[in-house]
Amino acid sequence: MPYSTPATEPPRHAPSSPPGDQAAAKTPVPLNHVAPDGSAANIQAEILARAQAGDNQAFAQLYSVHKRRIYSLCLRMVGSVAEAEDLTQEAFLQFHRKIATFRGESALSTWLHRLAINVVLMHLRKKGLQLISLDEVMEPAPDQRPGRSFGAPDLALSGAIDRLALQRAIDDLPAGYRLIFVLHDIEGYEHNEIATLLDCSIGNSKSQLHKARLKLRDALRLHPQQEGRR
Amino acid sequence: MSENANHLSCAAFQAQLPQLIASGASIAEHPHLRGCDNCRALLADLETIAEAARQLFPVEEPPDALWQQIESAIENEEAVSGPQQRN
Repeated sequence: MPYSTPATEPPRHAPSSPPGDQAAAKTPVPLNHVAPDGSAANIQAEILARAQAGDNQAFAQLYSVHKRRIYSLCLRMVGSVAEAEDLTQEAFLQFHRKIATFRGESALSTWLHRLAINVVLMHLRKKGLQLISLDEVMEPAPDQRPGRSFGAPDLALSGAIDRLALQRAIDDLPAGYRLIFVLHDIEGYEHNEIATLLDCSIGNSKSQLHKARLKLRDALRLHPQQEGRR
Repeated sequence: MSENANHLSCAAFQAQLPQLIASGASIAEHPHLRGCDNCRALLADLETIAEAARQLFPVEEPPDALWQQIESAIENEEAVSGPQQRN
């Protein structure tokens, strides 16, 4: 049954605003609306319940609330706009199929976040990135490995790191490094959680993260003032 | 911490670094760092990168057309299997 889309939305909030706080236009009740009695959570729970009951208009509202975070997560993990769009679509299709199984043991945003990560991991596995043995399989080619820091004195990165340069350096990381760096340093996952998600050892996660940071350091030192390419 | 920690080579210290950083312990006072400008600079850089990454949280907007694709895919799925039976 057709249902109206959240194609047009109100202007984005300040960049620091949590994406889950943003509302969709064309919705009867903005999702970030806090009623006088402070019942924003109840409104969201009601929308979720309607979506779980098969109300696709309510599902469209959930999409509007969570799309930015899920798309941003996919984009950071794969570094490609086209792939991120495909993965976001797949994540929300799976969300739609599985929404009735959500029982509220965790926040919906957390549940959806993990679902999206699994979609990305499945995609990477299909592309041939084996995540079983990170050290052996995800290890980049020798010319991609981060430089050691022996001998000649190194200069500390001076001042603030340019955001674009860092973003570009993250995008350019080998897939395995980027995956763990994004999960740990940007998404805030702990090593034990990453190890579970990726089916690897905690030691592997720590090692790969360290190598990713070294690789970023190399990139930022080599091209500290390079203009963005996007 | 080992008595000989200050005698570690840079290679040996850097080999320990992932574990030291992940432990959450303060390693600024590690004996090796007291006498090694190189590794001190390395650690400062890594901390700067990690901190910058934590603040690097651009929220990207997916294209509007993406929702139309999702909506269409949902409709196709429901046309094949019927609206999902829920609850």
